[in-house]
Amino acid sequence: MLDSTGIPSRTQVLSVFLHEDELVNYKAVIECYEQIPCNPCESHCPFDAIHIGENLNNRPNLISEKCVGCGICVGVCPGLAIMLAKVSSTKATFTIAYEFNPKPSVQDVWHAIDRSGNILGDATILKVVESLKLDHTALITVQTDRKFLHDFITIRSKNHES
Amino acid sequence: MKHVEVVIVGGGPAGLSAAKQLVEANVEVMIIDRNPSLGGQLIKQTHKFFGSEKQHAKMRGFDIAKQLINQIQHASNCTILTNTTVVGLYPNGILTTYDNHTYQEIKAEKIILATGASEKSLAFENNDLPQIMGAGAIQTLMNVYGVIPGKEVVMIGSGNIGLIVSYQLLQANVKVKAIIEAAPKIGGYAVHASKLIRHGVEIFTSKTIKKAIGTTTLEAVEIVSLDENFNEVENSSEIIPCDTCCISVGLSPSHQLASLLNVKTKYIAALGGLVTIVNQRFQSSDPHLYVVGDALGIEEASSAMMEGACCGLFVAQDINKTHPNHQTLIFEYQQQLHQLRSGPYGNHTLEGLEIMKKEASNVR
Repeated sequence: MLDSTGIPSRTQVLSVFLHEDELVNYKAVIECYEQIPCNPCESHCPFDAIHIGENLNNRPNLISEKCVGCGICVGVCPGLAIMLAKVSSTKATFTIAYEFNPKPSVQDVWHAIDRSGNILGDATILKVVESLKLDHTALITVQTDRKFLHDFITIRSKNHES
Repeated sequence: MKHVEVVIVGGGPAGLSAAKQLVEANVEVMIIDRNPSLGGQLIKQTHKFFGSEKQHAKMRGFDIAKQLINQIQHASNCTILTNTTVVGLYPNGILTTYDNHTYQEIKAEKIILATGASEKSLAFENNDLPQIMGAGAIQTLMNVYGVIPGKEVVMIGSGNIGLIVSYQLLQANVKVKAIIEAAPKIGGYAVHASKLIRHGVEIFTSKTIKKAIGTTTLEAVEIVSLDENFNEVENSSEIIPCDTCCISVGLSPSHQLASLLNVKTKYIAALGGLVTIVNQRFQSSDPHLYVVGDALGIEEASSAMMEGACCGLFVAQDINKTHPNHQTLIFEYQQQLHQLRSGPYGNHTLEGLEIMKKEASNVR
């Protein structure tokens, strides 16, 4: 399915999410479903929370106790395949990598988008981080309704004609 | 005639990586490139690269180019000729360059061909209409010169290049109307495809372009479905209006220069086409000639860099100027190459290299 549509299945998505009890703090969600020779997530994690191992082609393994949700992996993943997720009683909060212009501003409300490109609902922009180190990849923290936890993947401006 | 120890033809990732090792080994090197600047295809790559630290992973391609160029450009034993084309290759390490209406003959002890690859095209009705172009052309326009190719693009081919260029088009605010793939599966990495799908791009598998429509320029493309034998499905035609069509259907190794010499070549499908047969030291059946990078088989730039480094080390040794850390470095780069090829996407290359190995053992 993924290899003909580019859309991971529900099972695949759920397999990379920690249980909601563990998501009271930010944790990485690593959507690296294929074996690709790549390891910046592992080599840049300051907390040794992502393991790939000797074979560069292994899929990354998240050690949940070690992940503090710092978001460094989100910015370095060349595949833009990592985000942070956190849940509260009614909201889900995410930090995503975003490489389009214009960037949103804090407090803007953009569309929350799912993995098929469909609009889910609203995404409120909480934080926009751009830095030299991030090398033109912005880290954007957004909040949506909690029910979108396993569906949300990115944002789209409401002014975007499509 | 000018004499130089080693000439490298092509200043892309493979050539520059070979140059670095040679420069460090105190070899006198000349890099010849027909483009206005070094870096090869890297200078058009605005995305972050996969791989490990040794292949500059997570850096953007054009930044990797800058770094590779920096490592050699100030070395006193390195000469760089840009805007210069190698137009002749003769036995005993002699080559002819052409630059600014002038031909020049150069004799080298060793020549490394790092000429890369060229884009394949597709045969379909009206494929010569303006605004039908290769992915490389779009990248040059957009990422080197800052010019968007059009406003609505149909991409033919879903390999990594097709997917990456589509993403770059989106970043430049160009609409990607569809990505058309003849095979039943997406060719490139799923992460690249996912990045597009989530931004509303549609990828259609088992379809191909049948013809281009337009009088003076492209106005639309006709797309048809393909069955499992890649035959056209009747009544499956659909018209997609667009002003640009990008052909990204793969690359073939640039063997042409090597073919000017009587070196052994062979068509190896798994490596992307006709390639020069080389031994484990990248040496062809002409002992003066070495070939490396995509010219030897289509792979990622990460592999080209690792191959280039190995080749540079071998060539230094072959002219008795062995790099002081030869053993350690060769081991390390070969290890890296092995790693890069040991995943599912490397199977093809390994298959091709097996054939290469067999052929090379019959060379001399």
